[in-house]
Amino acid sequence: MQTMRDLQQTPQMRPTRDGFGEGLVEAARRDPAVVAVCADLVESTRMQAMHDTFPERFIEIGVSEQLLVAMSAGLAMAGKIPFIASYAMFCPGRAWEQVRTNLCLNEANVKIAGAHAGVSVGPDGATHQAVEDIAIMRVIPHMTVVVPCDAVQTKKATLAVAERFGPAYVRFGREKSPVVTTEEMPFEIGKAQRLREGGDVAIVACGILLYNALRAAEELARDESIECSVINNHTIKPIDEAALVDAAQRCGAVVTVEEHQVHGGMGSAVAEVLALRHPVPMEFVGVQDRFGQSGKPEELIELYGMGVESIKESVRRVLARKR
Amino acid sequence: MGSLSSERMSLLQEKATAIRRDIIEMLAQAKSGHTAGSLDMADVFAVMYFHVLRHDPANPLWEDRDRLILSAGHICPVRYAAMAEAGYFPRAELATLRALGSRLQGHPERKYLPALETTSGPLGGGLAQGAGMAYAAKMDAKSWRVYIVTSDGEHQAGLHWEAVLFAGKNKLDNVVCIVDRNFIQIDGSTEQVMPLEPLRDKYEAFNWNVLEIDGNDIAALCDAADRARSTAGKPTVIIARTVPGKGVSFIEGDFRWHGKPPTKEEAELALRELSTVGEAR
Repeated sequence: MQTMRDLQQTPQMRPTRDGFGEGLVEAARRDPAVVAVCADLVESTRMQAMHDTFPERFIEIGVSEQLLVAMSAGLAMAGKIPFIASYAMFCPGRAWEQVRTNLCLNEANVKIAGAHAGVSVGPDGATHQAVEDIAIMRVIPHMTVVVPCDAVQTKKATLAVAERFGPAYVRFGREKSPVVTTEEMPFEIGKAQRLREGGDVAIVACGILLYNALRAAEELARDESIECSVINNHTIKPIDEAALVDAAQRCGAVVTVEEHQVHGGMGSAVAEVLALRHPVPMEFVGVQDRFGQSGKPEELIELYGMGVESIKESVRRVLARKR
Repeated sequence: MGSLSSERMSLLQEKATAIRRDIIEMLAQAKSGHTAGSLDMADVFAVMYFHVLRHDPANPLWEDRDRLILSAGHICPVRYAAMAEAGYFPRAELATLRALGSRLQGHPERKYLPALETTSGPLGGGLAQGAGMAYAAKMDAKSWRVYIVTSDGEHQAGLHWEAVLFAGKNKLDNVVCIVDRNFIQIDGSTEQVMPLEPLRDKYEAFNWNVLEIDGNDIAALCDAADRARSTAGKPTVIIARTVPGKGVSFIEGDFRWHGKPPTKEEAELALRELSTVGEAR
């Protein structure tokens, strides 16, 4: 089990996208082949620091997400390691065929940074809230899909995909969210992290909702004597099958938690593994086949059933099915 | 820039005819594939592989090679034939086109044959990838050039024009986009399906150097490549007006030959026509 920050304290709040911005500059420092390409969202995707630090390795292309992917495939084939950024809704959302053909089929070494994912984008509304992106990325062969849980981990994930050859998708959010992990915690693509030990139910979460999962586990233990394991399943592809099977064997019931449609996302990926290797009762916390809308991020997380209470309810439900 | 020697001219003509014969044989053997566009681009590919490109078939991934991208992946038989003629792989392999296990996939795949440079087929994406390569070459102060062969039909795709904007903005004078302007696409005439004219004006408005030539005229193609090379500060588009199905009388000019292969009998007829090309000159 890994140690993390103490949740009893008021958590430090930072947007995950800040971790991307820092990680990108660091990756560029480490490897001169790293370049950045942006589709008119330099500040909000946190590419500003890269733009300021390495202006000759920064390319602005305007509002053209298909070009963002296809042109960057060309850069990669000429030896560069492009990081490309837009809102997840537009890239990969708008550029799916280019991602499939030019990056994955072609095995181009391009890293997609999908910003503003999830309903927690808030007031911008459904058009800008990507809740299908994990599904459309993980289905493509050769793609790596990483959804880090906080700003600290997003920086590590950015550095990790830079060093791993091949197309990759890193997803992060807009709002400030609790920092759960520490600088010292190791991060490895494809290695899930067990952050809490408990034998009743395994909660498997990714992204900023990991914090809600941890809170739910803590409250259930305190108030209802329900002991949950909590697993940070940050890599959706390649998924950590061993960790998932182990969790299912230990607990006999699983709840997945993600800020994404319940169809096709991380939860589905977990179900695919467990259905084959160790079937147990499962519940899925996420967006239930609906579109988002305008509102405050925390309001939307609650309304769409991804708050702490919803997770607790799913744990109780799965526990009842287990018995 | 200089006029072609008569020896070079005969060589290029012979290669174009050999490529056309290979195309007919490959497509008849495969029993599927795109005939008209493959035939009409035989002159372009002969000129590219035997006159324009800096390349080494024995060392296909030579770092300083010019890059040739086939954006309109469906006419890959013409590229495969030209590559075989140039020595990238044995001509016998052409017979495996579109067959299980072949390196010659139905649309070009770099994973199977790295000298293809890209994987293509979904239309409109080649110029964007070529522009990315050209941008990287500029970043690294490399002198290699990028040639992208496009169809006219794929000029209806938004992505292509995003790339036209990008290459214009960045003054990528190491980019040459060749348009197979044969006026046909699957559903009929380009000008009926979704008009592209005035194509020259469109490229000029995007700050490109525009050359409009007869795309079946070998001397004109060589000359256009020279003029593109000596144009600084702008990417060049060569609008190559071609006759679809060029070289085989009963295929020429008929859009129904866009996406079908010749039968065995049609292939024999076509090969007979193509065997007399050299003698008629």
